[in-house]
Amino acid sequence: MRVLRRELPLLETAAAWLLAALWIAPLAYAFWAAFHPATMATHFDLLGPLTLDNFRKAWTYAPFPRHFLNTVFLVTMILAAQLVLCTLAGFAFARFDFTGRDVAFGLVLVQLMVMPEVLIVENYKTMARLGLVDTIVGVGLPYMASAFGIFLMRQTFKTIPRELEEAARVEGCSMLGVLWRVYVPLARPTYLAYALVSVSYHWNNFLWPLIITNSVNTRPLTVGLAIFGAPESGVDWAVISAGTLMAVSPLLVAFLLFQRQFMQSFMQAGIK
Amino acid sequence: MRNVHGWLLLTPAAILLVGFTHYPAVATLLDSFFSTGTVVRPTRFVGLANYAALGDDPIFWQVLRNNVAFALGTIPTSIAIALLMAIWVNDRLPARALVRMSYFTPTILPMVAVANLWLFFYTPQIGLLDKFTALFGASSHNWLGDPATVMGCLALMTVWKEAGFFMIFYLAALQSLSPELEEAAKVEGASRWYYFRRVTFPLLMPTTLFVLVNATINSFKLVDHLFILTKGGPDNASNLLLYYIYQVAFSFFDTAYASALTVVLLAMLAGLAIVQFQLVEKRVHYR
Repeated sequence: MRVLRRELPLLETAAAWLLAALWIAPLAYAFWAAFHPATMATHFDLLGPLTLDNFRKAWTYAPFPRHFLNTVFLVTMILAAQLVLCTLAGFAFARFDFTGRDVAFGLVLVQLMVMPEVLIVENYKTMARLGLVDTIVGVGLPYMASAFGIFLMRQTFKTIPRELEEAARVEGCSMLGVLWRVYVPLARPTYLAYALVSVSYHWNNFLWPLIITNSVNTRPLTVGLAIFGAPESGVDWAVISAGTLMAVSPLLVAFLLFQRQFMQSFMQAGIK
Repeated sequence: MRNVHGWLLLTPAAILLVGFTHYPAVATLLDSFFSTGTVVRPTRFVGLANYAALGDDPIFWQVLRNNVAFALGTIPTSIAIALLMAIWVNDRLPARALVRMSYFTPTILPMVAVANLWLFFYTPQIGLLDKFTALFGASSHNWLGDPATVMGCLALMTVWKEAGFFMIFYLAALQSLSPELEEAAKVEGASRWYYFRRVTFPLLMPTTLFVLVNATINSFKLVDHLFILTKGGPDNASNLLLYYIYQVAFSFFDTAYASALTVVLLAMLAGLAIVQFQLVEKRVHYR
């Protein structure tokens, strides 16, 4: 939608820029610190020498490559499971008239309020019983059946005309065939939006991964970063900046490339 | 047949949902009526003893007060700034896309990374905040180590992180307002401030309520930064309910007491969800 925009008054334009500068300053400062020698972190010199040393140090001080691998594996696994589970469940809620459907749907929506973060104590016990403490599967499992995802898929599938389904049935498509050939392709924009939200959420998620992991081989980036950045680790500021930037850079780059989609997806996730 | 198919499709998700949402919620409630078992003393039913302990626990009341203070300190400010941001980037201004991006960027950063970056601002002596106040002759201050300033510091950082997220809801709402309203106001000679106060702000009320409830729910869930910045200290001055639950369960290993605390948190979230649900019902009437 193209909206006719009014010109912002000059004074407000200046204020808007000032606020923007303030808002980007912490990140800009982190960039500045990360690319300059540690001694310059506290005094500015525009002509100061640039260096990649901090990144090299951060990369070797902490097992960053391993954390990266864990996070990539974690978000991929969660997203893949969510897509399958939420598609199936969303399809059931959108197109099947089974006994107890409305009650079941209400129970699904409970998760929007009672997120896994709140149930850390019991979920830890469950994982211990299943022998999944300190495994990446254990980190991802509580998030795989996502109420938000099920809700989103249900809403999307409901907007797809039934005539398309009937046509496919006449052609001899099975139930899952209809889902795969008719519903899934038409819901592509919803999948994209959901994927962006899911990946950013789990790339950034911290509390549950911290609790359930306790070794380098399972810890995702956020947990690694917390250990790395803790004051008691004694790593200097420039190196922490470099490490932090490395950890957020994939998401940051994706955001810069797909700004509009990101904002729209985040909004959808908020409104539900 | 549709019955069977419907349930079959639902089963995989249902198992996980029951296993990690409904079962633990119920188990938390049950556990809160039992004592924490040890090797020598097995778990036993203690009735409401955990809740009685909760009433006598000064830290519990402190974290509740902190949660309220944190919510009051962050939410109105974030909402006001978010509204301002949205109004600005909704109009035409040079480098609009860049301005909007600056506002939104903190939203996509993990709280842990944000805390890492802000830690340095608050570090005594070498931190930027101390350098800044030194310009005015103030002496060095341990911003995060002083119970009087620690919450303010955390609130400031949270406002920075969240305002851009709330902005996008206002932006969407502003774009759905009819342009004729503004034309009419212009013809009547209404000032910009008057137009905002009497037209825009009232029309955005549903969005404001929506953001308000979501922000309140968020303020109960957001504890990641405490792990980096303060660990709830000094002397619990910055401790929040969810972080306290974590401490009780995983540092003090008192899972029964942690369950009672979780029940309190769940009750508050449920209350908020009911408010939220009623708002959604109301929103329908606006359309």
